[in-house]
Amino acid sequence: MIRRVVGWAGELLITAGVVVLLFVAWQLWWTDVVADRKQDQLVQALVDDFADGDPTVGGDAFPDLGEDEAFAVIRVPRFGPDYARPVIEGVELPVLALGVGHYSETAGPGEVGNFAIAGHRTTYGRPFHEIDTLREGDRVIVETQATVYVYEVTASEIVRPWQTEVIAPVPDQPGEQPEERIITLTSCHPKYSATERYITHGRLAETIPREQWRLEDWTDVAGRP
Amino acid sequence: MYAALWRVLPGPRWAKAVQSALLVAVVVAVLFQWGFPAVAEVLPFNDNTVGGAP
Repeated sequence: MIRRVVGWAGELLITAGVVVLLFVAWQLWWTDVVADRKQDQLVQALVDDFADGDPTVGGDAFPDLGEDEAFAVIRVPRFGPDYARPVIEGVELPVLALGVGHYSETAGPGEVGNFAIAGHRTTYGRPFHEIDTLREGDRVIVETQATVYVYEVTASEIVRPWQTEVIAPVPDQPGEQPEERIITLTSCHPKYSATERYITHGRLAETIPREQWRLEDWTDVAGRP
Repeated sequence: MYAALWRVLPGPRWAKAVQSALLVAVVVAVLFQWGFPAVAEVLPFNDNTVGGAP
């Protein structure tokens, strides 16, 4: 009897160990596989809709996504000439599995204030995996239906998770009245950890109407035409 | 536990093996599709936002 109980307990423990290993495989590998596919589909849907004059994507074709929740495509030439990710309203975990999330309480793209967005550094398609390679002057391109906003990276900082002042309308000066048009990218730091946040700020450099926008002019590494 | 399962599965040894493999595949699929995503929501290491949001 005792032998039987010990045997079962041992099998349960081994099973638990295997399940934990499977979880690691799921988190580090499978979430990337799924998210890369979904994010590519979303970018494609957004680009198609933009061409048809529809500013958002969501609902029918994307059951994980609410109506009109995806509204922009972000391109960062430093991350590669083909790099493109959807920008979606909200920063909850299910949203961030589908792309880059917009802190809803912050300004929209191109607006005065701080257009703050969050993306995974690792797992779930890791849109901001290489955020630490961004240098001053690099371009971050936010493409919406009517307008393309080109931001220029100004600074990066590493903060603790509770330092919400980095997404204030004037970064690091909460309560101040904004005059500039800022973008802020947040991601976790160090990689595979969540103890800190890697923050990159930029300033709006150019506003380009869609008709004049040619992506191939902007794909060199720092995004300069 | 697994020995008991092996005895319960019908057929010759190869049939038992095939059924075991299928069962494993089903369990892994359920974990990948529903189990792990639910667990990941409450684990801390996917946080990349500042403030109260997850």
